[in-house]
Amino acid sequence: MNVMRRLKVLAAALAVGLASTLAARADEQFFPLQSYRVGPYAAGGTGFFGGFIDYLNLINIRDGGINGVKLTWDEGETQYEVERGVEVYERLKSRPGIAAWNPLSVGIAYAMIDRISKDKVPLITINHGRTDSTDGRVFPYVFPLLLNPYSETSGIVNYIASREGGADKLKGKKIVVLYHGSPYGKETIPIYKLLADKYGFELEQIEVPHPGNEQQSQWLSIRRAKPDYVVLRGWGVMNPVALKTAQKVGFPADHIIGNVWSNSEEDVIPAGDAAKGYIAITTQASGAEYPVLQEVIKSVYGANKGNLEDKKRIGSVYHNLGIVNGILNVEAVRIAQAKFGKRTLTGDEVRWGFEHLQLDPARVEALGAKGLFHSINVTWDNHEGDGRVTFQQWDGSKWKVVSDWIAPDWAALRPIIEKSSAAYAKEHSIKIRASGDDQVGQ
Amino acid sequence: MFDYQFLLEVLIGGLLSGVMYSLVAIGFVLIYKTSGVLNFAQGAMLLFAALTFVSLVERGAPFLAALAATLVIMVVLGIATERLVLRPLVNQPPVTLFMATLGLSYVIEGAAQLLWGTQVHGLDIGISDAPFEVAGVLISRFDLFAAAVAGSLVALFALFFRYTRTGLSFRAVADDQFAALAVGLRLPRVWAAVWIVAGIVALVGGLLWGARLGVQFSLSLVVLKALPVLVLGGFDSITGAIVGGLLVGAIEKLAEVYVGPLFGGGIEAWAAYVAALALLLIRPSGLFGQKLVERV
Repeated sequence: MNVMRRLKVLAAALAVGLASTLAARADEQFFPLQSYRVGPYAAGGTGFFGGFIDYLNLINIRDGGINGVKLTWDEGETQYEVERGVEVYERLKSRPGIAAWNPLSVGIAYAMIDRISKDKVPLITINHGRTDSTDGRVFPYVFPLLLNPYSETSGIVNYIASREGGADKLKGKKIVVLYHGSPYGKETIPIYKLLADKYGFELEQIEVPHPGNEQQSQWLSIRRAKPDYVVLRGWGVMNPVALKTAQKVGFPADHIIGNVWSNSEEDVIPAGDAAKGYIAITTQASGAEYPVLQEVIKSVYGANKGNLEDKKRIGSVYHNLGIVNGILNVEAVRIAQAKFGKRTLTGDEVRWGFEHLQLDPARVEALGAKGLFHSINVTWDNHEGDGRVTFQQWDGSKWKVVSDWIAPDWAALRPIIEKSSAAYAKEHSIKIRASGDDQVGQ
Repeated sequence: MFDYQFLLEVLIGGLLSGVMYSLVAIGFVLIYKTSGVLNFAQGAMLLFAALTFVSLVERGAPFLAALAATLVIMVVLGIATERLVLRPLVNQPPVTLFMATLGLSYVIEGAAQLLWGTQVHGLDIGISDAPFEVAGVLISRFDLFAAAVAGSLVALFALFFRYTRTGLSFRAVADDQFAALAVGLRLPRVWAAVWIVAGIVALVGGLLWGARLGVQFSLSLVVLKALPVLVLGGFDSITGAIVGGLLVGAIEKLAEVYVGPLFGGGIEAWAAYVAALALLLIRPSGLFGQKLVERV
């Protein structure tokens, strides 16, 4: 009898313990992070993931989570290597309450598409990833938020047009695109050709072999070509070397326009004086003057919970990209909670949230991010969300915004995206979604 | 009409780039010549030296003090490498020693990031990269400075090898390790000295490459530029490292500009390796490498 009573007490204690564990889990939303804090791309990784974690921390500290649901995360080091990224995915995918994956790596993202589609969890590739994953009809779980490579191309050409006094002034101009010798670098080749045909500018596209630490011959060819502008579609060490070599051949920095992966402090500081005047596209302004950044400084760094070791990096390009990525992830969860309930959501429910992620300028301002980024309007079939771009110029010590928010020519790009996604759907036997009203898995 | 002036410009640019490759290759040659080890960690040493120097400067150390401190650190690294990595592996096959340096390169890269962080740094050594024009050809002041440094380094090594006791020991060990041992030379001491010299070469190369690329992790990748230089010039010849560097620089640039368009561009990364492989078929020891003659 005594034994039976003890067993009952034990069973009751176990039940209470299990219930409390489940209850704790029910109040948490988990973000698995395939970060890279060592290795060749650590500077970008520490900035981006630092910003992302800072924002998640802000929501926990300031708001107690999203409607009471605490945000949690765990990091796995990838060193930006695909196989390590996949290993981290396999290790963390069974954790409960996964909201979304945010690898910030084209290679890792590509390797995950089939896996996350099967597991029904969103994959966020802010400013990068497959361009055709913009088409949510074919890629329901992939979100190249704010900017895909084609929109970036169009945004850069639109900016050059605005500098020249209008699109009609592009006719007869000469633009050289200096691109990284990788699938990433080559992805926009046909789009630049398309836009050259459309606007009548002369185009030359020159490859720089990876990693790009020597560009003498490319820049001598550019010098001979005498272009009006050079578009720099670089990555890593290729960017400062391009700026330095441009200086060596006498090409003016303010006629070099960098793409979204050539726009950080890490790209210009090593180039020293050669980078002064250089201009680059961005989806998010740099600087810490925005209210949301001030709150991060006050609430997160003030509580000694800031993720960046060097506080001077708060407000840098990668840190702010991480902050914006945090805003978009958190708001997608919040929107999904409004439909499914204020609890831990499934990946598929968060996917629904991303497909309804509509933040107009007023909502962006309410989030303390006015001027940091413009707006986003994701729908079930447009997973990029019509992000606007702006252009910033390096003055030798910081970036200064030098343009309005510019809209890429989405209408012209959509048919090319749909053609590519249709081919992907055919190749992978994917049924193209006809509407966004499909059932959400629990 | 063929533009000869442009050809000249490409050629000069290539030769000057080649000098920078030679600076890395010399570090390889020094180690290989005296110990038969292909030191894959040379790039990591270059990164470590540059990162240490720039981090000290950014923490307020004066230029010369930072240079002296980095020099001391590279000396300690050289001695530690000999004691902890090479000495325990004496008499092991060359591939074992090569793998050890491969492992060493990862350890040094990791240690560099652990000690000094992952941020990229600009490095200004006071030499402008702005070009000047000679008969319509643009020439970089920085490239000329780098060429002068490389030339001075080679001249210093020539004097060192010919007229100093340690230099003579290096030559004796390079010529025949067993004979050197038989006449009383202490091999570990010579090896430690040569790793120290390689560390100093890494510091010089690191400062110049760091000023060109910025001080960041990818500095260690410049070893890839040195490999075809070594194949062309020979693994055990400092003269070969210089000539090989010049050849690789010129071949790369000329191939990229004149042959590249036929292949869609981006060929310079492998054009130098094609040239090196072609030479290997004709002259396996490189242009200046010592021919191996073994008595059987």
